[in-house]
Amino acid sequence: MSTTTTTTTIAATDVELDAEGFFVRPEQWSEPMAEELARREGIETLTAEHWQVIRFMRTEYLAKGSGPTVRVLGKTSGVSIKRLYELFPKGPAKIAARIAGIPKPRGCI
Amino acid sequence: MSDTIEKVSIIISKGSLDGIYPGLIMANGARAEGIEANLFFTFFGLDAIHRARHEHIKLATVGNPGLHVATMLGGLPGISTAMTHYMNHKMEKLDIPSIPEFIEMIADTGAGLYACKASVDLFGLEKNDFIPQVQDIITVGEFYGKAAGGQIIFT
Repeated sequence: MSTTTTTTTIAATDVELDAEGFFVRPEQWSEPMAEELARREGIETLTAEHWQVIRFMRTEYLAKGSGPTVRVLGKTSGVSIKRLYELFPKGPAKIAARIAGIPKPRGCI
Repeated sequence: MSDTIEKVSIIISKGSLDGIYPGLIMANGARAEGIEANLFFTFFGLDAIHRARHEHIKLATVGNPGLHVATMLGGLPGISTAMTHYMNHKMEKLDIPSIPEFIEMIADTGAGLYACKASVDLFGLEKNDFIPQVQDIITVGEFYGKAAGGQIIFT
């Protein structure tokens, strides 16, 4: 993986993203950025369910130092695997992590 | 050629624990990355989606040098069961789902599950013998049709 980072403006604030579009510094994230980040991922509007997942991703990351995988999300976020893929068709953990401003979750399962 | 993978078709041809898990992990991982995935079960790999058998998948303890157990010992009655038990226990600790749970989860991710017609005929099976997540029994030609435009992985 490349270590190059880029600076992008999200919701009128400069943030640092890695080569894959994940926040390098999660503390740069704030809730008003989520809608714009979601649109970059092809999600037009964030529903309450999207937010449930996004907040869960952040809480888990801040508590444990890494974001949850899809399996963990399915077991503990209160949203089923099936629904997670409907909400984030391009990969729930990966896309929600980008929108939640945290690094990419690592884990094979 | 594109530098991203958009679609994978994974063939699972073995019926042992160590023969089934890698394909499942790759399929689940593909979906997590937003990659379209199809699973095609053939030959003894059909046990992974067989209603009665998928809960009793065993580790291969004979002819498996990676296990570092003498072949004679690996063939003793009960050894495969005991080693499977041990492996399942270790995996549970790491929160790796059992094969039935994993397959259900993969189906929920939107991956396609298919059984190979030639093997189904060979073993005298029918659609009813499989878990409900199996979408269809398909021919090799139909498999290539579904795999078109993507990568094929044989395990």
